[in-house]
Amino acid sequence: MWVSLARIWAVMLKELKQLSRDRMTFGMIVMIPLIQLMLFGYAINTDARHIPAGVVDLASNQTSRSILQAVEATQAVRFNHNYLSPQAASGAIVRGEVKAVLILPEDLDRRLLLHPNSAAQSTSTTLARPIGQWLVDGSDTLIAATVRSLRTMPLNDVSGHPPQTLPPTFEVVQWFNPEQRSVVNIVPGLLGVILTMTMILFTSAAIVREREHGNMEFLINTPIRSFELMLGKIIPYVFAGLIQVSIILAVGHILFHVPIRGGLMSLFGASLLFIFASLTLGLVISTIAKTQLQAMQLTVFILLPSILLSGFMFPYQAMPVPAQWIAEGLPATHFIRMARAIVLRDATLSSVEFDAFWLLGFILVGLLAASLRFRKKL
Amino acid sequence: MSQDVVIQSRQLTKTFSSGTAVNQLDLSIPKGTIYGFLGPNGCGKSTTIRMLTGLLEPTSGEIELFGIPIKHHEEALKQRIGYMTQAFSLYNNLTVLENLNFVAAIYGLKRTHRKARVQKLLQRYDLLGREKQLAGSMSGGQKQRLALACATLHKPELLFLDEPTSAVDPENRRDFWEHLFDLCDQGTTILVSTHYMDEAERCHALAILEEGNKRADGSPKNLMASMPATVVEASGNDLRGLKQSLSRHSTIVSAAQIGARLRLLVRQDINDPIGYLQSLSSSHHFELARASLEDVFVASTGGRHVG
Repeated sequence: MWVSLARIWAVMLKELKQLSRDRMTFGMIVMIPLIQLMLFGYAINTDARHIPAGVVDLASNQTSRSILQAVEATQAVRFNHNYLSPQAASGAIVRGEVKAVLILPEDLDRRLLLHPNSAAQSTSTTLARPIGQWLVDGSDTLIAATVRSLRTMPLNDVSGHPPQTLPPTFEVVQWFNPEQRSVVNIVPGLLGVILTMTMILFTSAAIVREREHGNMEFLINTPIRSFELMLGKIIPYVFAGLIQVSIILAVGHILFHVPIRGGLMSLFGASLLFIFASLTLGLVISTIAKTQLQAMQLTVFILLPSILLSGFMFPYQAMPVPAQWIAEGLPATHFIRMARAIVLRDATLSSVEFDAFWLLGFILVGLLAASLRFRKKL
Repeated sequence: MSQDVVIQSRQLTKTFSSGTAVNQLDLSIPKGTIYGFLGPNGCGKSTTIRMLTGLLEPTSGEIELFGIPIKHHEEALKQRIGYMTQAFSLYNNLTVLENLNFVAAIYGLKRTHRKARVQKLLQRYDLLGREKQLAGSMSGGQKQRLALACATLHKPELLFLDEPTSAVDPENRRDFWEHLFDLCDQGTTILVSTHYMDEAERCHALAILEEGNKRADGSPKNLMASMPATVVEASGNDLRGLKQSLSRHSTIVSAAQIGARLRLLVRQDINDPIGYLQSLSSSHHFELARASLEDVFVASTGGRHVG
């Protein structure tokens, strides 16, 4: 196939000029990653904190007050409400007033004395009973898990005895994100989500727009080849994508202190692969969609699974196998895997070569499909 | 003017799911002519042009341009034809110069030739001084001249114009036709579709299309001479009443009021149309009139679209 570089160049220049006059799109290239990064970076947090909780304090003495203080000091819950009976408390959970209720029994002091965690005495564990009971709205697993983690909280602050240290069953060493901040995992994933959204949308809309505005009818009558037209149209968006990658990484590093351990070359290599994969997907969409609205709907159709199944929000390994197959078909899954490996674990492009080759294959198949589908007919 | 046939179609047919848009159309258009397609909206003008340019695949029939069958040769033929679409199909958010340069690059004009060619076209189509203006902010006439400049940038031997003047005032239309005759003078064959009679009258030859069928073709003069009806103009009182009473007769092809006169097309087999009409209405005055292209159009489409 004879390809004219001059024609590709002409289409590219034209697209860049149009892009520079389209302030809205131009602004979106910069603002979408900025705003989304701020939103998700600050908002998405998988460690639940300050869960609104209630108390039924049947003991109502110095001990109960210091226990409540110790519980609040963990920052897991915040006690906003007092209830007189467990019945009233369960009503409050149903109404959604609080997510959890701590019930402290009348014989709190005796229970505390016998409890091994209070470390007053390490004997007679047979007599030990829990010092209180949590009622939790378990519908949100994240909140339930947070309250559950309070089950074995140490009580030495309350009893005033030195901490009694038991050796754990296993020791766990947390690599790459020792402080367990979710934003560290989110920023590389966000690269994939934002690029999916903008790259697919921009290309699909760019070609469908030519058809909607009647430009295509003229272009079809010129000697330009569909391959040249497509290549010329997507190259400017490659740069747009690289700008977005730079913005996300820079802001993620400055605002959220996301470490960039791997080489920037590897990261930009992986990003380029993913940008091209998303752009070809956008091209395929543009050959299916008749209007810009349809192009938008098809983009959302790809975007939603790219957010939910790609490993961005939920661990890939936690999904059932058929869902994993679907995830494997999405370019975002492969890219997010690569991005996290390179950004967080200091991997190089060659150590994630399976995903790199998968994206390369996707690009080739996508370009072929788009060129075959895009016929120079009306 | 040589007699090489530039556009040749045989039994050209296009069927859509909604019906037949073009039905067994035979065309033979010689080099260096301006050939018109005259017909109402939806008569198959645009569909025919799209098939002739290779944009649409015909359901059946053959097309040859410059003696080359269009099938399998679309891409090679595209360098030799120009096409100006019905709606403005250039980029509204590019300037005049950017549009021209883009089209020049697409047609593969060498950079050295490009500048001179673009400059010449700017001058010819009165666009000098507007190079930096966005195409979208121009008037209908300016847009149309820019579109013509872009369509002829690569000096096509054959130019298709699909209702080129539908968004243009009469003065601009006159100028536009002057440009077309200039191009024609340089040997370009032009096929233009229109629903304006005055425009059709300027063509060297034309085909009257209706519902995908060719009802008549030839030069405007021949068409008027060989019209299958006689033109009679009536004057007097109550022309609306006269129109209503005459329209009932199948011998009257059409009746349309033009100012203080009622223009009647009487079937050709009536030997003495004046006497015949006088017998239908004695209170009016009738006299023969010269046929116009509109009369030809009305007569050949059976009066279904005008009057």
